[in-house]
Parts: sequence; structure tokens; C-alpha cells
Amino acid sequence: MDGDSIIRDTDGRQPRAWPEDETLIPDWIYTDQDTYDRELEKIFLGRHWNYVGLDCEVPEPGNYFRSYVGPLPVVVTRDMDGEVHVFENRCAHRGVEFCREYRGSADSFICPYHNWTYNLQGDLTAVPFRRGVKGHGGMPKDFDMAERGLRKFHVATRGGVIFASACDDMESIEDYLGPVICPEFDATFDGGEMKLLGVHRNILPANWKLYQENLKDPYHATLLHTYLTTFGLFVSSNESNIPTDKYGRHGGLLSRRPDGRPDVSSEDAENMQAFKKTMELNDPRVLDFVREFDSKWSGSVLTIFPTLTALRQTNILNTRLLVPRGPNEFMMIWTVFGRAEDDEEMVRHRLRQNNIFGPAGFLGIEDNEALKFLQDGLRKSLPRDGLALLGDDDEPTDTIITERAIRGMYRYYRDVMGF
Amino acid sequence: MDKNTALRDARLEIEEFNYAYADTLDRFDVDSWVEYFTEDALYHVIARDNEESGLPLGLIYCEGKAMMKDRAYALLNTEMFAPRYLHLSITNTRALKIEGDLIDAAANYTLIETLVEEPSRVQQVGKYRDIFKRTPNGLLLQERKCVFDSVMIDNCLVFPV
Repeated sequence: MDGDSIIRDTDGRQPRAWPEDETLIPDWIYTDQDTYDRELEKIFLGRHWNYVGLDCEVPEPGNYFRSYVGPLPVVVTRDMDGEVHVFENRCAHRGVEFCREYRGSADSFICPYHNWTYNLQGDLTAVPFRRGVKGHGGMPKDFDMAERGLRKFHVATRGGVIFASACDDMESIEDYLGPVICPEFDATFDGGEMKLLGVHRNILPANWKLYQENLKDPYHATLLHTYLTTFGLFVSSNESNIPTDKYGRHGGLLSRRPDGRPDVSSEDAENMQAFKKTMELNDPRVLDFVREFDSKWSGSVLTIFPTLTALRQTNILNTRLLVPRGPNEFMMIWTVFGRAEDDEEMVRHRLRQNNIFGPAGFLGIEDNEALKFLQDGLRKSLPRDGLALLGDDDEPTDTIITERAIRGMYRYYRDVMGF
Repeated sequence: MDKNTALRDARLEIEEFNYAYADTLDRFDVDSWVEYFTEDALYHVIARDNEESGLPLGLIYCEGKAMMKDRAYALLNTEMFAPRYLHLSITNTRALKIEGDLIDAAANYTLIETLVEEPSRVQQVGKYRDIFKRTPNGLLLQERKCVFDSVMIDNCLVFPV
């Protein structure tokens, strides 16, 4: 597709252009329908591994669940041989989104409209009245079932995490994540058997990229979130690291919480409105830390381009899938898990701690509200460029008052999108 | 007193309780909300698909009043969220079983939220599965499990239901 035509402003205004200055991010990338359409082609169907779910969501042969590649509905299945498959949730006949359950178990999928039937690999296995009735009607003689299956994606898994790609010659997940991020990914997804605890879903009225930015933004983490700062989960005085891969597309916010309360300087405390030095919990069990991973970091947030964030914070383990629904809205699917060896008390500990995250969590409420306010500003006000000025691009990666990782993502984004 | 009369009396009592409970939350008085529960109560808000799949994850999961107090403190003192009006309706209240000082009960609830310059919208609709306890201070909740149908949450749930 011709790159110039897709970003051309159809109202006769000037073509959209990216500012020369890399600390400026233009508004239109968050609100523009043409840009959104181009992301489908260049990003979600491009040279990327799209996170779609976890092995522990399809533990048994025949299990399936609904998921998405970018905005496209897919079904993730485990076939009778234990292989995981990802295919479009759209009948090859007329396009019906046939799988309507959140999750379940089946040996085939039957489109309810005309009963076209698919197996767990996404192959078409039956078409009613294929030969017509009494020699009349039916499919053309050369109708080939093998050519009419569901659109399938390539699948790769690593550490129990399932990825899908439309690209025929994708590199391995290890190479996709790169040597900086892959070890941090492996530290959380260490091959131990995971156990699904549940799923949250919410609609966030904001562009999907803002969520990736939010988790590449240590600046806000120290300012907006009382729970992170006051209880030392992520705070200026922690040992921290903000690595990115060589392209800038994946990143991490890594932090090591202190034993006890954080030792925040009075100067830093003054800067952090959210920091409540004297706040005490009535039930401090919420913050208990059971050491279970071979990692120096007690908190690890990974942003894996395009739409995965993976969180390990104390004993909270979750993945978040960002599902774009137009430029101004996305759905989040939070998949929360523990480990197969968890006893009843450990499960309850994780459930208690999960009050911090999720769409009613102490951080979740604040992030979701902030991003809604941000999209309101982008959508309604006179266009301008957002600022991502903090820190330098060549500074040490343990610098936390920085927007380096956001600039890195947009360097990559511009390259892929041809902007 | 026969069984049906006892259940009817309990229902009336629980309805009074639920109306006061809803009014307390409509006024954002989460400090008082905590006082509707026993010390070791379980307050659990869970999506219906998780509940029906046997998955325990809660949107909110408070084991004991202390955890509820911590949530109340955070909402009133530290959390950042948009100003809003809340309208919690509790209907279809039923007393199901009385055993000693415990009453199993159920009700439907609807939380309508109204934000600044936005139309009112349903934030959550679900069912309470309750265990009430008769105490010297009147009825208190020993357990309130809120199973919500509105699995797809509109942005975020700020206040408890």
C-alpha cells in the first residue's frame, strides 16, 4: 500500500507529518482512523509476534478461549495432540463470528448460521448440502474443503505464553524479544507450571498505544500511585532499571523493593504528592512478599510490542492484552495466574494482593482514569504535540525520571509505519 | 413462628439493611460501609464468567474488615479518579435459609454511575450472595459475594457495590 495515500488528509488539509524533534509526539497518532487502519496492516499483521494468551488457559485437549490479534477476533485452541492453534473467529463462508463463549471445551466449531464445521486446527470439515438436493444446487464441483478453512496464524510459545503472527518467516520468540528483554521475560515465565486464577476485562476509552506508554513511563509511577511509592513497590529510592531492546519496541520497568518501608529523601518525598509517609495498613498481609522467582527484581513490568504487558509485582502475576477497538478505545484482557504448586493459602495471598491491580485495583483505577483524561484531551482539544522531554537517550538505564523508553517505542513505530 | 413467617420477617429486615447500605455507598461514606460487616467478613466482587468457570480471582477481594478499611482509606485519601454520582439499587431481596444466628440471603443490584458531562450509565449489574449474622448490634454481613454480569467493565470500578 502506498504510504503517502493512507496518511493523506482527506479534507484537503496538509498531510500529517511527524515533528523533526524526537521529544514531540503528534496527537493524530492517537485519534486518526487512517493511522489506526494502517496499524492493522503494518503492526498486527506485520512482522510481530502478537500475544494471545497463556498455556494455562487451555490446559486440556479440546480447550479453547476467545482472544484477539490486534483488533481481530481469534480462537485459541488446544487440539487432541496437545498442539496450540490460533485462527480467525470468522466463518470462511459469510464471515460470522462463530465462537461466542469466553472459554470452553469442544471437539469442533459449528458456525450457527449455515452449520459449516471446523476442527480444532481451524480446518473446514463439513458443509451441509454440499451436493445440493436431488441433483440441484449445492457447491460447485471444484469446491475444495482444504482451501476453505479459517485463516490461521503461526503460533509460538515460550514459558507458557502463546504468541501468534501472520508473518510467514518470523524469527523465534527469543530473537524477537532480543538479548536484553528475553532474560527478564524468562525470569517471570520460568517454565514452572502456571495456574489460571481468573480474567478481568475492561474497556478503556483511550488509544491502545497510551497503555504501552504508561508502562514505559517510570515518571508517572513515582507520582500517581500511592501504593507504589508509599510501600516501596516502585519509588525513587529503589534500585531500578529501565531496559529496552535494541529497536526500542520492548521495554521493562524493573525495581527491587526494600525490606520494610522505603527510605525516601525528604526532597523526593516533597516531589511525590502520592507518597504518604505515615500511611499504615490495617491488614499489611496485602504486601507480604513470598520469594518465588530467581530474579533480583521484586517488580517487573514488561511491555512487549505490540500489545502484551507482563507483570510480576511481589506475588501478583498477570498478563494484559490490549485489544484496539478503533483509535479512541481499547479493551484490556487481564489474565491473572499463580503457580501449579500454590497451596490454598498461597492462592489466597495472591487473591488478596491482586486488590492492588485490575480494573478496581488501587493502581488500575488511577491508570485507567488518567488515560481516559488523556484521550479526552487528545480528542477534544486543538491539535498539538505531546512532550516526552525527560532524561537523555544515552543515559544509564537505572535513571528513572525519564521518558527515554517512550521515545524509543515511537522511533520504532515511525519506522514500521513509514511515518 | 413457622418457617415461612421467619423468612418473611428476615427478608424485611434485610431489605431495610440493604436500603441503608445502598444509601451509605451513594453518599461515598465508605468508612461507614465497613461497619455493615463482621470483623472476619468476606467481601468479594467477582465476574460471573470467573465464578461460573470456578476461577477465584476477585475484582475486589477483602478477607476481613481490616482489608475493607484499607480500601476505604485509599478511596477517601489517596486514589485519583474522576468526580461522579453513584446510584446503587438493591432489589429482589430474598431470605433463603435461617440456621441459628446465620441467614442465607440473595438480592439483585445495579450500580448506575454518572460522570461530569456524560450520560448516566450502568457500571455494574449483578447478584449478591449473602450470609447475614445476627449480633447484639443487629444484622451484619458475614459474607457478601457480588457476582456481576457486566463482565466487561466500563473503564474501572472505583467504589464498592
